[in-house]
Amino acid sequence: MDKYLWLIPALPLGGFLILALAGKQLSRSSVALVGAGSICLSALVTFVVGGAFLAGLPANAVYTQTLWTWFEVDAFSAKITLSLDVLSLVFVFVITFIGALIHIYSTAFMEADRDYARFFASMNLFVFSMLVLVLADNLLLMYLGWEGVGLCSYLLIGFWYEQPSNGNAARKAFTVTRIGDAAMAIGLFMIFQQAGTLVISDIGTIADTIWQPNSTTVTVTALLLLAGGLGKSAQLPLQTWLPDAMAGPSPVSALIHAATMVTAGVYLVARMHAIFALSETARLVIAVIGAATLLLAGLTALTQYDIKRVLAYSTISQIGYMFLALGVGAWTAAIFHFMVHAFFKALLFLAAGAIIESLHHEHNMFKMGGLKDKMPVVFWTFLAGALSLAAVPLISAGFYSKDQILWYSWTASGGSPILWMVALSGALITAAYTTRMMILTFWGEAHTPVGHLPGRRMTLPLVVLAVFSILAGFMELPHNFGHFTLFSDLLHPVLPETAMRAEIPSEWLFQLLAALATLGGVLLGYHYYYQQPARIESLRRNAALASLHRFWFSGWGFDALYDRLLVRPFIFISKINKSDVTDRLYTGIAGATGEMYKLLSRTQSGSLRWYIMGLVVGAILILGIQIML
Amino acid sequence: MEIAFYVAGTVALVATLMVITRHNPVHALLYLNVSLLAHAMLFYLLGASFAALLEIIIYAGAIMVLFIFVVMLLNLGKETAEQERKWLKPKVWMGPTVLAAVLFAEFLALVLSSGQDAYSPAVVSPRELAVALYREYLIGVELAAMLLMAAVVGAAHIGRHKKLVLHRFLREEKEKEEEKHEETVL
Amino acid sequence: MKTTVSTEVVVLLAGLLFALGIVGVIIRKNIIFMLLSVEIMLNASGLAFVAAGSRWGQPDGQVMFVFILAMAAAEVSIGLALILQIYHQHKSLDIDNLKEMNG
Repeated sequence: MDKYLWLIPALPLGGFLILALAGKQLSRSSVALVGAGSICLSALVTFVVGGAFLAGLPANAVYTQTLWTWFEVDAFSAKITLSLDVLSLVFVFVITFIGALIHIYSTAFMEADRDYARFFASMNLFVFSMLVLVLADNLLLMYLGWEGVGLCSYLLIGFWYEQPSNGNAARKAFTVTRIGDAAMAIGLFMIFQQAGTLVISDIGTIADTIWQPNSTTVTVTALLLLAGGLGKSAQLPLQTWLPDAMAGPSPVSALIHAATMVTAGVYLVARMHAIFALSETARLVIAVIGAATLLLAGLTALTQYDIKRVLAYSTISQIGYMFLALGVGAWTAAIFHFMVHAFFKALLFLAAGAIIESLHHEHNMFKMGGLKDKMPVVFWTFLAGALSLAAVPLISAGFYSKDQILWYSWTASGGSPILWMVALSGALITAAYTTRMMILTFWGEAHTPVGHLPGRRMTLPLVVLAVFSILAGFMELPHNFGHFTLFSDLLHPVLPETAMRAEIPSEWLFQLLAALATLGGVLLGYHYYYQQPARIESLRRNAALASLHRFWFSGWGFDALYDRLLVRPFIFISKINKSDVTDRLYTGIAGATGEMYKLLSRTQSGSLRWYIMGLVVGAILILGIQIML
Repeated sequence: MEIAFYVAGTVALVATLMVITRHNPVHALLYLNVSLLAHAMLFYLLGASFAALLEIIIYAGAIMVLFIFVVMLLNLGKETAEQERKWLKPKVWMGPTVLAAVLFAEFLALVLSSGQDAYSPAVVSPRELAVALYREYLIGVELAAMLLMAAVVGAAHIGRHKKLVLHRFLREEKEKEEEKHEETVL
Repeated sequence: MKTTVSTEVVVLLAGLLFALGIVGVIIRKNIIFMLLSVEIMLNASGLAFVAAGSRWGQPDGQVMFVFILAMAAAEVSIGLALILQIYHQHKSLDIDNLKEMNG
């Protein structure tokens, strides 16, 4: 079965090619069939191949398939090689399965859009790029997928390009992630220069021999790779593009946040763990960035009005948890949280898209309200996703994955009480803004009349995702109850075990505190937004709190900061640079050419008589020369 | 018999001069015919009897008939003559004539500088000509055949009656001009 | 009847006829006259070729004349077709009316 591995990325690519080349000629139903069908088939192949792979897990736990040689330069040859191990299988599963659900949803969601084929072409290419990224066996091919993901995010965020703000959001996403990409490219050069290869498995085996632990080179290399991950995963300080990326259609947001794009950074760090394991500094940086991001994004989400922006900031915050886990060395916990997060975040975005669609493109939560009875399916599925996001104890998948991270953030070898404190307060904030979002959207008075309800093609993916959002958590139960470690056992051939500290406090206490934090957050939101909304008003009247609110609302002023620090100086310099000497030279050449052209074009008078005169004069000159000589 | 050569040469020159100065196309054509016949005479005297034959049959015969046919078809007569008369002023023909004279003077200088050379022309028979044509110049003959073929097809294509077709740039220009014209009229 | 011809006289005659042809092409306004003048120039060059062939007693000069003849026939047929077309479209044979292709 393994030999059909190539079909997984090939199907979306085929879908993209068909839609891009012949999309205009196809009818809407066949566009939907090709667009969603290619991903569904890909998911099916993933199930088959993945099942066969897991059933007969090979000793080295990697299956590679070399398709062809991309190019060869001297001793270096880059191959198009797909490599499947458990880590990439988890990602491929999430990408294709959730991607397929999102595509099915999109067939109904984008029904009225006139660029139906373009949408599905870009979505298919997006999935294809992400699959190349996670299946690549060498870093160069991975970089190809990496850039393809960036390109597709640009295409899809700016999908409704008629509005300039959408185009700006797309450009912003592309430019900001580009910064990380450039750093990552330099990181790849460094790896190649030191290791002489870009094949990931080779790097993993020789990493110990070529790099001293904690040496400067390995730290710099790791940090450069990390910078690429930070850009794609929207972590501090490159997080500013993600909230603006909400300009795209809701399924795009779901795809970016759940299955593709933002998880690329997590994958990169997990995949290159051999390098990161060698540098304590790099791991500390990852952990600190993750912790800072989750706190910052959580507080920002608390103040947003736009339902999709709340979700965007919550994604940044949740990815922060994953980075925190990676930083402290809890590799499997990070991947587990990635998978669970993919389910509930895709669900939340798709449900939010359904709500927005039904409310005539109303994004503001304060203008929603009272949807609990009017849109029951969306309500119950959204609730399932929200429970998971808030990590409500025992019944939600989010609890099991997040609790693991909280636990490791103290007890893992790289962990510390401070990180744990931050993560715990992050859990409280997450619960608070999730409750706020739920109450504002589904309870209270209805502010906007509900239009048409979402059809079956939209609700079916919601229900499936809701089931997974609840059940996915039971793949991995904490050590103290159940001690069921299916998921991490599965991943251990690829990712190392989490190293623990010497003395470990009791795990019960942590779980209790985490549960209390969640419940506290829920209660906080319930109190302020349901029981006594008036108190919010009184809080708002407080000048200090109001300015804090403004500060948080603007995403901690990062956009303004970058504008002052980078954009304006750049524009200033480019304005100065606009009229430099070099340009003068070239405009001079261009001008001279233009003048000469004008001069010569006079001779092109259209009068045959003058042309013959010219011929005669030429003949006279030639004969004259002959006489002279 | 040199006298025959010089007479024929003079006739060719004078007839040609008349061709380029006549106002009426038919007159010019008749003078051209005379000039061509004089050419045929020259060819004969130079020993190229077959060329002389072709000159009369094809040039003075076929090609000139084509010309006359077109002139008659377009009914070019007095009006054209009048237009040419108005146009052909010394101011117009002086410059080109001087240029041509300079060209000829240079040619003269070059020819005369190569020294005198008198000979009795030998007759080159049609047989020799045919052998040369179909042996060394076979490719040339084939190319000439293709050229004639292309000319026939091209003439048939170009000669069809068509409406006035302007290139789109010219059409736009013309429309603009017409608009301008209308504006000034209004 | 033995004639003695000097080469330079024949060549000069051809040159003179050629120059007259050039003058004709340049000074005339009517396209038919221009085409006639081109025929004169073709003939003049043909004369030069024949003279050269006769000087050396070789058939090549006449071969060239035959080619010129073929070329002239082709040129005239196309040229006359063009003249007809121009006359139909512009109702005039004035070369100065055909200045559309200026730069």
